Amino acid sequence: MAETMPEPSSEPETLSTDLTGVDAWPIATPGRPVVELRGVSRTFGSVPPVEALREVDLLIYPGDWVAIVGPSGSGKSTLLNVLGCLDRPTAGAYFIDGIDVAGLSEGERTAARARSIGFVFQAFHLLAHRTALENVMLAEMYAGGERAGRRERALAALERVGLAHRRDFLPTRLSGGEQQRVAIARALLGTPRLLLCDEPTGNLDSASTESLMLLFDALARQGLTLVVVTHDEGVAGHARRIVRIVDGRLSEVSE
Amino acid sequence: MTARDLLSEAGAGLIARPARVALTVLGTVIGVAALVATLGLSKTAGSQIVGRFSAVAATDVVITPVPGALGGSRAATVIPWDAEARLSRLNGVAAAGTLSDVDVRGALVRSVPINDPLGQTEVQLPVKAASVGVWRAVRARLTAGRFPDAGHSARANRTVVLGRNAARRLGIQSLDQQPAIFIGDRLYQVSGLLSSVERQPSLLGSLTIPNGTARREFNLAAPGSVQIETDIGAVEVVVRQAPRALSPDAPELLRVAAPPDPETLRAGVESDLNALFLLLGAVSLLVGALGIANVTLVSVLERVGEIGLRRALGAARRHIAAQFLVESGVMGLLGGIVGTALGVLVVVAVSAGRTWTPVLDPWVPLAAPFVGGLIGLVSGTYPALRAAALEPVDALRAGT
Repeated sequence: MAETMPEPSSEPETLSTDLTGVDAWPIATPGRPVVELRGVSRTFGSVPPVEALREVDLLIYPGDWVAIVGPSGSGKSTLLNVLGCLDRPTAGAYFIDGIDVAGLSEGERTAARARSIGFVFQAFHLLAHRTALENVMLAEMYAGGERAGRRERALAALERVGLAHRRDFLPTRLSGGEQQRVAIARALLGTPRLLLCDEPTGNLDSASTESLMLLFDALARQGLTLVVVTHDEGVAGHARRIVRIVDGRLSEVSE
Repeated sequence: MTARDLLSEAGAGLIARPARVALTVLGTVIGVAALVATLGLSKTAGSQIVGRFSAVAATDVVITPVPGALGGSRAATVIPWDAEARLSRLNGVAAAGTLSDVDVRGALVRSVPINDPLGQTEVQLPVKAASVGVWRAVRARLTAGRFPDAGHSARANRTVVLGRNAARRLGIQSLDQQPAIFIGDRLYQVSGLLSSVERQPSLLGSLTIPNGTARREFNLAAPGSVQIETDIGAVEVVVRQAPRALSPDAPELLRVAAPPDPETLRAGVESDLNALFLLLGAVSLLVGALGIANVTLVSVLERVGEIGLRRALGAARRHIAAQFLVESGVMGLLGGIVGTALGVLVVVAVSAGRTWTPVLDPWVPLAAPFVGGLIGLVSGTYPALRAAALEPVDALRAGT
């Protein structure tokens, strides 16, 4: 199916996804999208089949700060899973930096996930028995980063989210906002092309939410590509771009 | 993911739940300990038996009539009076003689010189009848006097050899005053005092009279047993030939008690012990394996969220499987190490209690921990596959 899709751009496949060093954040290069969805559908094979995504087209450029909003059951999570290479579309093509990931094998998709995507979850998903720093370091374990210097890089990531002073705390001793910041630091480690956040403020109070939004704004200004799934209008208001999804169909709300 | 990463992740997973790990490996600990203790104890006991297996025991053959084979009286007379002469002609017989219990019909024994009104002067002591060769065959030693010879027997002289303990009970310390004793109302001259025997220790507590004397005085019908000392290594030959020499027409009426081959004996002891306890050890290892499998499976279900997260961070299925396999393998290895230590302790403690020398094949404590590790790996396989089979999307949704 991927072969029938048009090439996402005429540029040769030379763009490197290898961005090492915490300071070398990707700078917006408007020519080529980070994410390109073309006619993506995802159908679940129950009886009757459920069409969670229908012919979705989406372009996300470097430095974009996109909020995906929609009622529950509209396909938000499915879209996020497809974007995060956790799920593969049943039809259509998905390119990250011009590389077709919809056609990759599971192992290659796993590698692409490690290389290109940082995840932030509503439930934080921190390991309860590890310190904040160790939780952050976990991100490089499967991405093939050098063991040497991992600690320093993780510490730098914690500093970016303003939690270096909490590095030796167990998650149980951190507030919800702090836990989410640790999770964001973990997602930032390995310099992902795309930060995918699934209801990141779902478990946070309004103060923590506000502070997290400031962090997102700062990260976006630094050139990070952010995609946030949320049903919180306040959160969506911080985004530069809002995409609404209803019954598996995407529509642009604002640009 | 490097091997070091894998080990540290698995280690952290275990360290986070020390109590659970301890309980989980308990079955493996017991199983490995049982295995090590079994192998050690059977080896120790085997060596112990062979250690006791001196030249004395290895050349000891005793022949007795099969009790009641042809009805009481016939069976009792299978051994001829000239047994000693018949056996001495056989190759491999170093010494031989007959030894019989004499029925004195309740006669009491007392020593003559001392008439102590307070002390017990009359005692009941077993009386035996011996041929001349017995004394060499049991390797008897005297403190004083001499053994009766063939002449004493032929003349049915009333002469007696006192065992050490019998002499003490009769108050006889030496032969200086040529003591005599009464068996019933008949006076016997004490010709020798036994100090030690290496076989038939009951001689030390008995009075022993010559065969001829026993026949005349107590109507002894036939010798009760034959004691043989063989040459070293001649036991098999003697065992085969002696019954025919004694009773050519009916050798099957004689029972031969001979030392078993030491190698066979050791193997027998080891296999008897091993069969039972190795089975026990295997059962507890099986239980231990089930324990690890069960707990690892529960652990997988509990850590679905963690698995989802790792998959999201880029862990491949093999990384997840490897982590859980290493965790269960390390648990098994830990159980194996602790179990091995316990097993060795058991061997040493039992040996100390019995004053045995603990003997253990060196490969047993070296290999046993790996048996535990193998158990862990095998029992962790199914949970690890279950963990690896989880879809990251489902895992992330299910776990917190």
